[in-house]
Amino acid sequence: MRQSSLNENEALTTALPSPEMVREQKIYRTFGLTDAEYARAVELLAREPNYVETGIFSVMWSEHCSYKSSRKVLRRFPTQGPQVLQGPGENAGIVDIGDGLAVAFKIESHNHPTAIEPYQGAATGVGGIIRDVFTMGARPIALLNSLRFGELDHAHTRYLFAESVAGIGGYGNCIGIPTVGGEVVFDNRYQQNPLVNAMCVGIMTHDQIATGSASGVGNPVLIVGARTGRDGIHGATFASAEDPHAKERSAVQVGDPFMEKLLLEACLELIATGQVVGIQDMGAAGLTSSSAEMASRAGSGLTLDVALVPCRETGMNPYEIMLSESQERMLVVMRQGAEEVAKKIFEKWDLQATVIGRVTDDGMLRVLEGGVVAAEIPVSALVDEAPLLDRLALRPAYLDELREDAPVLAQPSDFVAELAELLARPTIASKQWVYDQYDSMVRTETFVRPGSDAAVVGIPGTKKAIALVTDGNGRQVYLDPYEGGLRAVAEAARNLVCSGARPLAVTDCLNYGNPEKPEVFYQFERSVDGLATACEALQTPVISGNVSLYNESNGVDIYPTPVIGMVGLIEDRERIVTSEWKMPGDEIYVVGALSHALLAGVGGSEYLALRQPDASLKYRLPTFDLEQEVRLQQYLLACAQQGLLQSAHDVSDGGLLVTFAESAITGGRGAEVQFDFAVQREGRAIESDELLSLFFGEGVSLVVITAKPESAGALSRLANEHQVALTRVGVVASTPFLRVSVDRQLYVHADIWQLQAAWRGAIASWMKH
Amino acid sequence: MKCAVIQFPGSNCDFDAVKAIEATIAQPVDLVWHTATDLSQYDFIVVPGGFSYGDYLRAGAIARFAAVMKEVERAAADGRFVLGICNGFQVLTEAGLLPGALRRNESLQFRCELTELVVANAATAFTRHYQEGERIVIPIAHGEGNYYADEQTLRRLQTNGQIVFRYAQGCNPNGSIDDIAGIVNERGNVLGMMPHPERAIHSRLGSEDGTKVFTSILQVWRETHAAIQS
Repeated sequence: MRQSSLNENEALTTALPSPEMVREQKIYRTFGLTDAEYARAVELLAREPNYVETGIFSVMWSEHCSYKSSRKVLRRFPTQGPQVLQGPGENAGIVDIGDGLAVAFKIESHNHPTAIEPYQGAATGVGGIIRDVFTMGARPIALLNSLRFGELDHAHTRYLFAESVAGIGGYGNCIGIPTVGGEVVFDNRYQQNPLVNAMCVGIMTHDQIATGSASGVGNPVLIVGARTGRDGIHGATFASAEDPHAKERSAVQVGDPFMEKLLLEACLELIATGQVVGIQDMGAAGLTSSSAEMASRAGSGLTLDVALVPCRETGMNPYEIMLSESQERMLVVMRQGAEEVAKKIFEKWDLQATVIGRVTDDGMLRVLEGGVVAAEIPVSALVDEAPLLDRLALRPAYLDELREDAPVLAQPSDFVAELAELLARPTIASKQWVYDQYDSMVRTETFVRPGSDAAVVGIPGTKKAIALVTDGNGRQVYLDPYEGGLRAVAEAARNLVCSGARPLAVTDCLNYGNPEKPEVFYQFERSVDGLATACEALQTPVISGNVSLYNESNGVDIYPTPVIGMVGLIEDRERIVTSEWKMPGDEIYVVGALSHALLAGVGGSEYLALRQPDASLKYRLPTFDLEQEVRLQQYLLACAQQGLLQSAHDVSDGGLLVTFAESAITGGRGAEVQFDFAVQREGRAIESDELLSLFFGEGVSLVVITAKPESAGALSRLANEHQVALTRVGVVASTPFLRVSVDRQLYVHADIWQLQAAWRGAIASWMKH
Repeated sequence: MKCAVIQFPGSNCDFDAVKAIEATIAQPVDLVWHTATDLSQYDFIVVPGGFSYGDYLRAGAIARFAAVMKEVERAAADGRFVLGICNGFQVLTEAGLLPGALRRNESLQFRCELTELVVANAATAFTRHYQEGERIVIPIAHGEGNYYADEQTLRRLQTNGQIVFRYAQGCNPNGSIDDIAGIVNERGNVLGMMPHPERAIHSRLGSEDGTKVFTSILQVWRETHAAIQS
């Protein structure tokens, strides 16, 4: 019977090529299916798939939807913990924050669309991640992002950068969710392949958790929100293509944040009725993946009639409707008889909610067009039987060619000029030009705005707040995938403890090059090992994430760039710590192994990249001490919770002097800093490379804290308890001068307002070009 | 004093306005949907910020046709208090309740920052608790806050003391004519301003300088209310 209806359908949709044509003309290849995958689809169906079915297979089995290259490796992540309410596999992960409250969050990439159409690419990235969060029943309360571009001396980079920022702002500002934090890195390696990763965080009570599961035979399936158009067809496939420019422009979607605002309010109102069985965002591969995934989670089947789908234009065929990636749409399964509840709520918000099918128990995804079968595929064939690849991993030769010794750099004659130059490097410089374009304050819960180590957002009705961060360092992961992976997680967590928060869990966005290259796959595998090890050690399980592969152009791959999104909990909002120096007389300490910092060198640092760009990829990264890192973070958290910290700022891009300068500039306070290594060095004078390592190295985990003089005893007692090195190095000054000396020799005497001009104006002055 | 905060599709500072009223003056406040046809019970009406109707066509241009706007006009005509913040200011100019228009920022970019303002008229119902010339810090968050009025209108605003807030010298973030950040109507009961006083009600948010907008209105309302009763 099925077969006969399929034949009828072929007669009706003569415009679409026949199954024989799909095979003979190898049309499946243009959809991205390999010959072997096509053969597998034939085997699973026990017949040749028709055109629509071939399209459905191709998107479901695309890298983007099936994670066929990465799935096995991702199993290495720790995903459990007492705080985890929902781990990976849903639209977003959820962690418990006590008091019956929970936080849902996820990060996602929108790299390929941004390379083509930066405004819409970035905007729809934000739109998609917001949907992932409110789909879970959570009200979105904060957005973050992580961006990578080429160098700003390139006009096209400035265009991509300006438009991406405008797109992110355009979407978040309109929908009324504050963009509270993020990071931007500029490096030639991202010239052709910019990275735009967007993270959304939502709040909910435990009993509001909704999932994307289509259960209950006979329950109605509704499509809600925007109408379906021809935009974004095959976007999921195109996300995995090497050269997105060669693909059709229609594969980039256009966002409508106003529509999404209405959809958000309507969906939260609908979920609150308790009549929703399952709800799922329509992102990549649109109706196809949302329906297949919802049925797969419930072990059910779905019958949908595409003729019932409200369309933007006439004459759309089943293939186009099933593969459209039109934005601002959701698939909802309601309890039987509750269709009217949905319709009424959506009407209030001037939106459509249309029943397009029912849940079945036969495990089939059945697509009808006006009652006639247009496609019929077992859900398990699309999801469980999706290809799972064992990609070849080969250690890249360059890793064995890295030099063990420290790069030799001449000692600068003027450290202030050196520092000012570093501060004006776009990767280090103030990102005010960026975040002033984002509404970071709407909802009036943003206690720490962009620019500090982590953003802090209050939880209404409680004393609590959450700290949020995104972090990554592609160059370091390139130099040592495993160690770089450790560092990425450690730094994200360190940023959270620097704000006084206990890290809870991770969402990761794994951006890599072409996984078909064994060297790239090695980078992927090894860095995941590093990330997983650090997540384990810091007790921050991975609860959601996204993988973006094929970030390559003309044979050049991006740096392996895992971006870590992390959420931490501050029990008492009075205990929030920020990075700027506060009061003259506050004492300055360095937490961490300062003596190691003398010796670790400048391998992998921004300073080396500034001074010797060619050498920056030739020297090894200093070894990372994970155990030490755990102790350091526990120490800082204890200090913060006891209210001992006036400020805390971790040493990252640019090294120790940059850290001092940032706290000085943002606090409007100078400082008198004196390092004394004479005793431990038995009088031997400090060498030039040790000085550079101390001032500009990024190899050792260090945190600069300030505290009131009366806290000195408590700080050092806790340091002993936690076996952490704590060195008092100076005092916050009442003058606007930052003075740094080592063994009584003065190296830095800088006017902080001059440093501020270099730091604050750098990006804006590039963007005037 | 009964307060209403209007909700259009796309409003997104509606809850912030409610929170601010509750936190600063603890008066009863309702969220009122754009289809409402009776606001007669409200003494103070806030048209909040956001992107009503997606700001399609022009910021505020569609919202002015919403059913509730007839009632807002009636409230203004009755002498009750109307406060338009950001998008609300744009809606009030589109509705003709305030003169002038708000154009795109000179930078052509959205701007969100704490801005320094000067209280240009402390004698209005909305600014009673400020000092004339007082410098205050209130955040802005807008892409179309560049106030414009023709010369004649501008002169009238200046002579009548209708300019209530100005951006401090050198702090004009959007190119507004005469550094205008907020104006009242001639009668003095309708205020439109681009900065967000509802976002400046606690030091944790960076400033509490917006509080006095709300406390001023309450005091004036209490005085007039007492006068009516006696």
